[in-house]
Amino acid sequence: MKNYVVNVNDMTVVYHKKPVLWDIDLQIPSGILMAIVGPNGAGKSTLIKAMLGLVKPVTGKVTFWGESYESQRKRIGYVPQRGSVDWDFPTDVLDVVTMGTYGQLGWIKRPGEKERELAIQAIEKVDMLPFANRQISQLSGGQQQRVFLARALVQDADIYFMDEPFQGVDAKTEKAIIKLLEELKNRGKTVVVVHHDLQTVPEYFDWVTLLNRVVIESGPVEKVFTDENLRKTYRSTSENLYRKRDVM
Amino acid sequence: MALSELFTDYTLRTVALGSIFLGIVSGTLGTYAVLRKQSLIGDMVSHAALPGICLSFLIIGSKNTEWLLLGAFLAGWIATIIINIIHTHSKIKYDSALGTVLAVFFGFGLVLLTYIQKIPNANQAGLENFLFGQVSTILQRDVIFMGIVAVFTILPVILFWKEFKLLSFDHDFAAIIGFSTNKLDLLLTTLMVIAVIAGLQSVGVVLMSAMLIAPAVSARQWTDKLSVMIVLSSIFGAVSGVVGTLISSSIPKMPTGPIIVVVVTIIAFISMLFAPNRGLIWKKVRDYYNKKELSTHMVLNNLYILAKNHEDPFHPHDLETICLYNNGLRLSKRMMKKELNKLKISGLAKEYEEGNWAITPEGFKKMEEIHFEGGGDME
Repeated sequence: MKNYVVNVNDMTVVYHKKPVLWDIDLQIPSGILMAIVGPNGAGKSTLIKAMLGLVKPVTGKVTFWGESYESQRKRIGYVPQRGSVDWDFPTDVLDVVTMGTYGQLGWIKRPGEKERELAIQAIEKVDMLPFANRQISQLSGGQQQRVFLARALVQDADIYFMDEPFQGVDAKTEKAIIKLLEELKNRGKTVVVVHHDLQTVPEYFDWVTLLNRVVIESGPVEKVFTDENLRKTYRSTSENLYRKRDVM
Repeated sequence: MALSELFTDYTLRTVALGSIFLGIVSGTLGTYAVLRKQSLIGDMVSHAALPGICLSFLIIGSKNTEWLLLGAFLAGWIATIIINIIHTHSKIKYDSALGTVLAVFFGFGLVLLTYIQKIPNANQAGLENFLFGQVSTILQRDVIFMGIVAVFTILPVILFWKEFKLLSFDHDFAAIIGFSTNKLDLLLTTLMVIAVIAGLQSVGVVLMSAMLIAPAVSARQWTDKLSVMIVLSSIFGAVSGVVGTLISSSIPKMPTGPIIVVVVTIIAFISMLFAPNRGLIWKKVRDYYNKKELSTHMVLNNLYILAKNHEDPFHPHDLETICLYNNGLRLSKRMMKKELNKLKISGLAKEYEEGNWAITPEGFKKMEEIHFEGGGDME
């Protein structure tokens, strides 16, 4: 499979002298729905952030369609963790979703009727039209997540990175989100999701990356998502803990 | 002092105009300081500005406001940069770095101020006015200077409206879609430093942070829209500036800063108490009515449960029996009776002899609807 969207080479990320990600090599093929799975502190979010340039790796290279991230920005969509922003910010749903158009607009230019239209369409897609003018602090967790999804949809990207979109949402929203992800995939988009719930991996995704500081395994779910690999992914945490205790 | 003097008295008019400019600048940039959770930045910058003022005086030897404020600006700006460097390159937390830099700069400033006051030079008098602000020292050219500063700080905010909003709401997203957050951060921080420096002459280094924060906090109480918040914040800032100066100039030897801060604090206090939706009193009132509505509903629900569990649904029961069911609100019998009377008026319950009560067919129908027609879905 030569059709890679993302190519990560020898990437190592260090936080305050502690390595968070070691020597990551990862290829993400086009048109897949991929889960990044691993224990707490495995560096799942950091992996996404490092690929997107939010965290600076000490070594390694990331390319998108063979080019630098900067030159391909407009084709990349991002859904951050819901808790990463202050939902008491004075703004409404429509305004937040419109932010998805800012990248295309560039500096200084203000969003106009066309951008508003796009935002409304995206809001409709996530079933939030009745809430378009609602102050964002009055949304439930699931609704907040839908707003972020709508904002990413407006970006009209070719690859989407989503950091725990299922965290703390109700069952109804989870179904709606997964339906949306499948729809994106069917339109030829690539979707990368940081995921916590092991049980739903085979049902929701067709590709999986098992991560615990290093990439344990990455590939099609039916090949990679085995008990053996999962044990490797989750066991090494306790091993690390033991090792640390020995040092102390 | 009559209000009309504001328009006729030359000095007062100058001072008031200066306060309005100050209110607009600090109100606008203060909004971003509050929303970005950098409320303490005003405190830090204003204190850090003191050595800049003193050094500028020592080097240039003049008390021209422009030079003194330029020194203040440079010192405040350097302090901000130092904090950012400490924060990004060490494990020290932002607020610890801020507190340390504030103390070091302000301490150094006080040392310089004491030194200057000992120099036998008549020219130095008045520099200590920067501690608590003194409006009487403001000249017309200072006001023109303030006006220019206002234009040059508000203009970028209008120009980069969507960028600043995005930066304040979701920093990472701004970076990912291609805005240089470093440059935006630097620009916004620089504007905040300017806003703080602009108020040093009238409010003083010790209390300037209140001028930055209080109008914005007050404005947030009244609106859920960023643009409205900024306008309101500017108005609050301007009003407290003018009112504060008026009071301070009518009482001899009264520093202006503390009075302005008292006025702006009153505005903040009123906003926190009385603003609709977010105000404390409003919340209390709403809770009270919610609880009342809930109790009525609960009593009706109790009657409904009794009706469902009885052969004759409309058989009357006494208060004790009705009380038996879920009474999470801990209604007294007297309250119970009150609620029942309310239900009676709306035709949902009926009173029988000896204080016995039963649900009416209307009430029964209403409860059936609530229970069986998707009442569980909140939205």
